[in-house]
Amino acid sequence: MYDFAYHKPTSIADAVKLLSADPDARPISGGQTLLPALKHRLNKPSALIDLSGIAELRGIRREGDKLVIGALAKHEEVANSAEVKAAIPALATLAGTIGDTQVRNRGTIGGSVSNNDPAADYPAAVLALDATIVTDKRRIAADDFFQGMFTTALEPGELLVAVEFPIPEKAGYAKMRNPASRYVMAGAFVAKTKSGVRVAINGAGPGVFRQAEMEKALAASWSPDAVAGIKQDPEGLNGDIHGSAEYRAHLVTVMAKRAVAAAG
Amino acid sequence: MPQVTLTVNGKTSTVEVEGRTLLVELLREKLRLTGTHVGCDTSQCGACVVHVNGDSVKSCTMLALQADGANVTTIEGLAKPDGTLHPMQEAFREYHALQCGFCTPGMVMSAIDLVQKHPQGLSEKEIREGLEGNLCRCTGYHNIVKAIAAAQEVMHGRRSELASAAE
Repeated sequence: MYDFAYHKPTSIADAVKLLSADPDARPISGGQTLLPALKHRLNKPSALIDLSGIAELRGIRREGDKLVIGALAKHEEVANSAEVKAAIPALATLAGTIGDTQVRNRGTIGGSVSNNDPAADYPAAVLALDATIVTDKRRIAADDFFQGMFTTALEPGELLVAVEFPIPEKAGYAKMRNPASRYVMAGAFVAKTKSGVRVAINGAGPGVFRQAEMEKALAASWSPDAVAGIKQDPEGLNGDIHGSAEYRAHLVTVMAKRAVAAAG
Repeated sequence: MPQVTLTVNGKTSTVEVEGRTLLVELLREKLRLTGTHVGCDTSQCGACVVHVNGDSVKSCTMLALQADGANVTTIEGLAKPDGTLHPMQEAFREYHALQCGFCTPGMVMSAIDLVQKHPQGLSEKEIREGLEGNLCRCTGYHNIVKAIAAAQEVMHGRRSELASAAE
């Protein structure tokens, strides 16, 4: 790892100031993705701005028909939160399947969502639940936030503060993990929300995406059988030593079926 | 150079580190607590697991500076000063839950966190799933699972003494 300066601000304003003053500075929360990347020297930040001392980024709370999760909420906190389990059980289940216990004790929702790894779990929930990303500057709809592999609508120096999840009528998540790395080969998050049925697919493509055909089928009939016959086009999906694009396309249908079954 | 102040196994130290110094490097190289191992260095194998403020974490994937002000427990901090082993260490010995022993410190630290967070008790399946973040290259999982199952009975006070492996 190359060396870097380290700052630990205690307010969003101070963190933003540090980030805007230095274009090569990067924020860090749990560091479960960033630190491995730095070890591989894939990244050379001049400074790391540790967000963990910022109280405004903490907390999980119910606000009317929304669940608001602060950027610093660790995966293990979300998985065990009574608020999350009561409002959106599928989200608690998803959080409990990220990495392993030790990774979940460090990794945060803000880090996962703003990193937008194609194999990350949270982006599928954010997109399918029609969540809103709250930053220090503005509110961004999930449909506008994710912009392909490791790319989001966040501007340099802009900080993700919280994610607001409208509470759905039903939601379910299923994924196929790579047996060695345990990263998602293909996953599906399905949700019956106020804005309609939404299906988000992660792991299979260069970024999380919505599956319109499945959304239509589930809106007409909410059952695993409704999506069983829908074939995902393999064009543009990831193909690598772990599985071809055709294999992942096949998994998309299987995972969507399982996700609907899990949602009940 | 930046300084980090942390309490390790009950003893508070202030140490000079670089920004990039990992928690495991601070423990092993600055504090000479070499019981915590580095296996993969990619947060997969779990040989480096320690407890930070009561939670098990991979110390190869945490900066020393991120542990400023934290309370850290390593494998060296488990036994009593008179040498009496922690029930989990005793169970690993009784059940022969180690072969080469390289993964053992991390296994023990993860196992203690797992048992402490599940006071209602863990089934064999839950123990196996709970060890997802720890790899044993000797593939000695079977006895590790047996040891954890036996240790949880003592840790939760359901038995006063460890069940012998011969039972």
